[in-house]
Amino acid sequence: MNQKIKQKIAFFILFLSICLVVIPIVLLVIFIGIKGLPAINWEFLTGLPKQGMRAGGIFPAIVGTVYLVIGAVLFSLPIGILSAIYLSEYAKENILTRLIRLAIINLSGVPSIVYGLFGLAFFVIFFNFGTSVLSGSLTLGIMILPIIITATQESLKSVPYAFREVSLSLGATKWQTIKNIVLPNALPGILTGTILGIARAAGETAPILFTVAAFYLPHLPKSIFDQVMALPYHLYVISTQIPGVPDRMRYGTALVLLVMVLSINLIAIILRYQLRKKKRW
Amino acid sequence: MNLDKIVVKNLNFYYGDFQALKDINLTISEKEITAIIGPSGCGKSTLLRCFNRMNDLLGNTKLTGEVLFEGRNIYENKFDLLDLRKRVGMVFQRPNPFPLSIYENIAFGIKVHRAAERKDIPGIVQKSLEAVHLWDEVKDRLKKSALKLSLEQKQRLCIARAIAVKPEVLLMDEPCSALDAIATLKIEELMQELKKNYTMVIVTHNMQQAARISDKTGFMLLGELVEFGFTRDIFTRPKDKRTEDYLTGRFG
Repeated sequence: MNQKIKQKIAFFILFLSICLVVIPIVLLVIFIGIKGLPAINWEFLTGLPKQGMRAGGIFPAIVGTVYLVIGAVLFSLPIGILSAIYLSEYAKENILTRLIRLAIINLSGVPSIVYGLFGLAFFVIFFNFGTSVLSGSLTLGIMILPIIITATQESLKSVPYAFREVSLSLGATKWQTIKNIVLPNALPGILTGTILGIARAAGETAPILFTVAAFYLPHLPKSIFDQVMALPYHLYVISTQIPGVPDRMRYGTALVLLVMVLSINLIAIILRYQLRKKKRW
Repeated sequence: MNLDKIVVKNLNFYYGDFQALKDINLTISEKEITAIIGPSGCGKSTLLRCFNRMNDLLGNTKLTGEVLFEGRNIYENKFDLLDLRKRVGMVFQRPNPFPLSIYENIAFGIKVHRAAERKDIPGIVQKSLEAVHLWDEVKDRLKKSALKLSLEQKQRLCIARAIAVKPEVLLMDEPCSALDAIATLKIEELMQELKKNYTMVIVTHNMQQAARISDKTGFMLLGELVEFGFTRDIFTRPKDKRTEDYLTGRFG
């Protein structure tokens, strides 16, 4: 067969596969958008649920999700970044660090329901935090820890070795080098990883199922030891547990969750783009 | 006769099982340019990096022998490594400014060592840039990124960055190999000027460069220092057959 025709066929197959990736995403957004948009209004976004969640708004669930995400990030960001710095800049290559790396990679593959059970056993019962924002945030935090560690390690690695070498050759300490040269240049990647972690935490249902999520709670939490409603769980509840919830409310809730997660991702993309523009080597 | 700044005694260096330096003995004199020449992989960069202990950064290496800096062995435990690197600066093969502004690049070393009061830093930055003849070209854009400079300007900046911390010795690891002929010439002129204030060691695979700028030359081959002496002697009447073969282009 003619080489040019072969090339055309190869390109066509490549194009086809990217279509297969993009089409479902686009369809999903359009589908949820069309079905959910009619439900979106001021009362839906800022009101409390009414009539056994068959009417009214989803404000407590939005607030709950925001609290959980903030809590998870407050916990996992410092620990994640610091341990990534330790692993990629300080730790010596030996069996122990190799095991730690392996553990981190495997942690990201653990099913989220397992994190949920762990959170129940560890935070809710053992530490006696109860089903609370605290327990839920910590559980979500542990779940996104591997994402943050991996992203941080990757972006630390992407900082050219020459920069460290120069800094050390000028008589800077290792810590000065990390603090002044390596970290600032790794920031875009760290931020992206963090925001992807946030998106994951915002969307997960299983880890919050036993640790924080309230079935129905028509008021806002007063402390970190209160339960909250959360969007993913609320969606699950009104879709499967309560008969007679109007379709548009389910899709409206899904739309709010989707828009939240997608806009977090969008922020990550814009942020990375801006920071990349400033620092190019 | 100038003072002995760095004295190397029976230096052996190993990367794992591979011996990269074999029983090196030489003396770097103060305020001279010492060139180390030789084919790729002969160990000349490794030797240079023994002078500011940059080889420490690599794992699985071993060193025996002594490197005396002003009479004190820099490999003894109580020698202050940070102070050594402050006094022995380094310029690398590829111009490698930090992705910071021109000003911040020069100020970096000063800030790291808290070597000056905050208000004095701009003056030192200016002096350092003047010393490498970059000041007039960049004085209006000190806050701009150093990555926008030309290759030659970047290498000048790197030299300025190294001298901003007031070192006594400057180690140059093939500082011109990424530059074109004209830029190379300008950097060489600069080195001649800097010789007044600094002791310089330059590693180069460019024999002509060594002949043009250095006072003393060492020829290395397969980890050995084959011959070391005044540049004019090495280039006009080499004692060792291998030096002669290399200089006349029979290999390398």
